[in-house]
Amino acid sequence: MASTDTTPAAKDGDSLAGLEAGLDALETVQQGRRPFRQTFLEKILPPVTAILLVLVVWQALVSFRIVDDPTKLPAPADVWNVVRDAWLQGELLGYIWTSVSRGLLGFFFALLIGTPLGLLVARVKFVRAAIGPILSGLQSLPSVAWVPPAVIWLGLNNSMMYAVILLGAVPSIANGLVSGVDQVPPLFLRAGRTLGATGLKGTWHIVLPAALPGYVAGLKQGWAFSWRSLMAAEIIASFPDLGVGLGQLLENGRNASDMAMVFEAILLILIVGIAIDLLIFSPLERWVLRSRGLLVRS
Amino acid sequence: MATTLAKAADGTGTASQAARIEHVSKSFAGPAGQQLVLDDISLDVAPGEFVTLLGASGCGKSTLLNLVAGLDRPTAGTITTDGRPALMFQEHALFPWLTAGKNIELALRLRGVAKSERRDKAEELLELVRLKGAYGKRVHELSGGMRQRVAMARALAQESPLLLMDEPFAALDAITRDVLHDELTRIWRETRLSVLFVTHNVREAVRLAERVVLLSSRPGRIAREWRVDIPHPRRIEDTAVAELSVEITEQLRGEIRRHGQH
Repeated sequence: MASTDTTPAAKDGDSLAGLEAGLDALETVQQGRRPFRQTFLEKILPPVTAILLVLVVWQALVSFRIVDDPTKLPAPADVWNVVRDAWLQGELLGYIWTSVSRGLLGFFFALLIGTPLGLLVARVKFVRAAIGPILSGLQSLPSVAWVPPAVIWLGLNNSMMYAVILLGAVPSIANGLVSGVDQVPPLFLRAGRTLGATGLKGTWHIVLPAALPGYVAGLKQGWAFSWRSLMAAEIIASFPDLGVGLGQLLENGRNASDMAMVFEAILLILIVGIAIDLLIFSPLERWVLRSRGLLVRS
Repeated sequence: MATTLAKAADGTGTASQAARIEHVSKSFAGPAGQQLVLDDISLDVAPGEFVTLLGASGCGKSTLLNLVAGLDRPTAGTITTDGRPALMFQEHALFPWLTAGKNIELALRLRGVAKSERRDKAEELLELVRLKGAYGKRVHELSGGMRQRVAMARALAQESPLLLMDEPFAALDAITRDVLHDELTRIWRETRLSVLFVTHNVREAVRLAERVVLLSSRPGRIAREWRVDIPHPRRIEDTAVAELSVEITEQLRGEIRRHGQH
């Protein structure tokens, strides 16, 4: 068919361009930013209310003498005073830093081991058959169980703490990556292959980025497991030379029968765990999901 | 049995055809033993030619396209293509972790295009599919029609002389599909690509192609071919398109009826 590209054809092309521009405009959804007021009402107000409610109930239990024994339930103000004193004596940040530095460093090692391990399990059939089930089984083993053997093998020192963190977090991180890889849509792999992404190139350009949401979910869980394992290790294996972390603080409170100190330690453990998640892992997860259009605004 | 990938023909080259499918059969292991899906298919696509493969369910048209794309191997026969063909799917298959522009750049990168040239080339290709300004858009921010156009730009980025299309517009609404038909015809005529286009939509086949190849089902065999001499620009409502579509549909229905007779 010989083409006759004269004026009618060119005009036809122009009208097609206009038609397409119109369709594109009609089908593209405009998204605005959510006003702060709405964010406040939907995201900030509910948890603040819940926390206040807990404080009110707590204070009521003490004020109305429903629990009339400060060694069982100290008043919120007593716990606050303990926290403030620790702050004023300059010890508070020391407790937190001891635990957080251990936790993050342990998590970092777990990341270095868990990532290649997960990739190996996901991509090599023999490795998956060999250690896949053990790896997912390990997730259901409470990491406290690793503390006694770790103490016997490594003694009462920091390496013992890191060993317990690794045993708790590595399976989560590796499993997250495995399930991320398993959920990569086959269409992406086929599309990658037609573009020439095979073998290592395929892993780097297609499989890893496609598996990122599952991997990040694994990291999030891995951090939770790291933190829990570390606290278990610090509580059970407290030893003065190791420096006082939040777990030891809790154990010291129990030994001194100081309930306010016990509460202080529990609150700090909770707050630090949540804070790391809110500051690092949740934003990371939201960014990954949002950039792929997987996060539906509620 | 061998799948030969001939290098680009520069005058003296071996591939006088964009794709040469010779006596290709394909069977899969099914519940009732080996099941023959494609039976002795021979088909050439000339350089610059637009061929549509038409057939009902079970004719193995997508299987054939996979074989030509090199994603699978034929049980018997040979397929020769001029380099690795580009392939477009029914779903856009764009990578959601990359922007529209970066999706195209990935194709360029995997083809070995230098980093400094990628951005310009990607913008150029986006302009070709009339999506200037969509470079930084995420896949989920684009409409269905825009996604398929980015997918087309990504396929064109491979600079393969042969473009394989597996029902690329089947999931789009009728208005968008009609516009993309015009768009594909325009791009094909501008680039002089060879296109092998799979569809079950008779009018789409007639509207786009220079040659329509009808496959019978179970196993897929070439039932008949039509040359389409209707001048461009064509419209889906053209009488000539409609008349040929009626004729092809009759034949297609005949092929389908045979399967209900036992």
